[in-house]
Amino acid sequence: MSITGQVLRRNLPENVEVFDDSPSGSLELHVLAVDDSVVDRMVIERLLKISSCKVTTVESGTRALQYLGLDGEKGPVGFDGLKVNLIMTDYSMPGMTGYELLKKIKGSSVLREIPVVIMSSENVLARIDRCLEEGAEEFLLKPVKLSDVRRLKDFITRGEGKDSGERINHKRKREDDYASSSSPSSPSSSVLSASSSSSSASSSLSSSARLSKRAKLRNKD
Amino acid sequence: MEVGQLQRRLVDYTKSLLTEGILDDQFSQLQKLQDESNPGFLVEVVSLFFEDSEKLLNDITRALDQQGVDFKTVDAYVHQLKGSSASVGALKLKNACVAFRSFCEEQSMEGCLRSLQEVKQEYYNVKNKVETLFKMEKQIVAAGGSVPKTE
Repeated sequence: MSITGQVLRRNLPENVEVFDDSPSGSLELHVLAVDDSVVDRMVIERLLKISSCKVTTVESGTRALQYLGLDGEKGPVGFDGLKVNLIMTDYSMPGMTGYELLKKIKGSSVLREIPVVIMSSENVLARIDRCLEEGAEEFLLKPVKLSDVRRLKDFITRGEGKDSGERINHKRKREDDYASSSSPSSPSSSVLSASSSSSSASSSLSSSARLSKRAKLRNKD
Repeated sequence: MEVGQLQRRLVDYTKSLLTEGILDDQFSQLQKLQDESNPGFLVEVVSLFFEDSEKLLNDITRALDQQGVDFKTVDAYVHQLKGSSASVGALKLKNACVAFRSFCEEQSMEGCLRSLQEVKQEYYNVKNKVETLFKMEKQIVAAGGSVPKTE
């Protein structure tokens, strides 16, 4: 697993550390989960902990930005010193929506590298498109399942560091997606950026086969 | 009753709740998230859900009791309740919330009041059923057995 860490570090600007190497030697993702629902925060926290991730939960976009120190210049390190590897945010929140939070993060030179995933109980195409266009890695339908988290974790672990260039291509290529036929073996509730060769992830997509036909799993092959 | 019987009763009871649509697969998913490191997870989440729901029901009741009812506010509360119901697998309750929201959209006072009754009913129903389920689990553990996974 340390080999993976080294490969990723080579692709990143020098001052960005990808993972915390915990004493046991395993690479643990630190996920910041943003949700105004106390029940959902507990569930997502459990899902992430079971998937061996470190979790910080906050109840609003404002708190998330505070945690990320957006007003400061500390970069993707939470105020408690732990680098955030992934942000999962609910879409519908009072005050700052998940979409607005996404825009702020992607608009920040220090934070925009952090992958952001949007969660929503509502399957609204326009909403999904808007979020993906703004740079969200994925759009998950709630209630989020363990298989969603596992797939996400694999994707982030494999793909982080190569994504900024890829994401631009991904946006343009989506037009081509509509023309090509959908792969029968990979119904998908999410669009993953092309940087991940996530063929193994398609097996766990059955729970997510709820989204539009426009969303496709992109495989590197 | 001996442990085997208690366990069978629990499995049957859980299955009936799933069949009746009171609970759905999400509840089973949450059950699976329990393990030795976190044996009380389901009870904890569900207790939190009950607390949160009762607060929301009060908020909704109060919002409908205003002179000039703000249906957007009511809808926002119902949306929250719908979300957390879905998160714990309280299917019938969630569906009652969905119906409630359409009355909020129509700004129908009568529809909203009726829906509130429906939602309260479904809430107390699922609360009773799940509390019964947890009691059964406690009995099994007290009798020296382990809680069987429903599959």
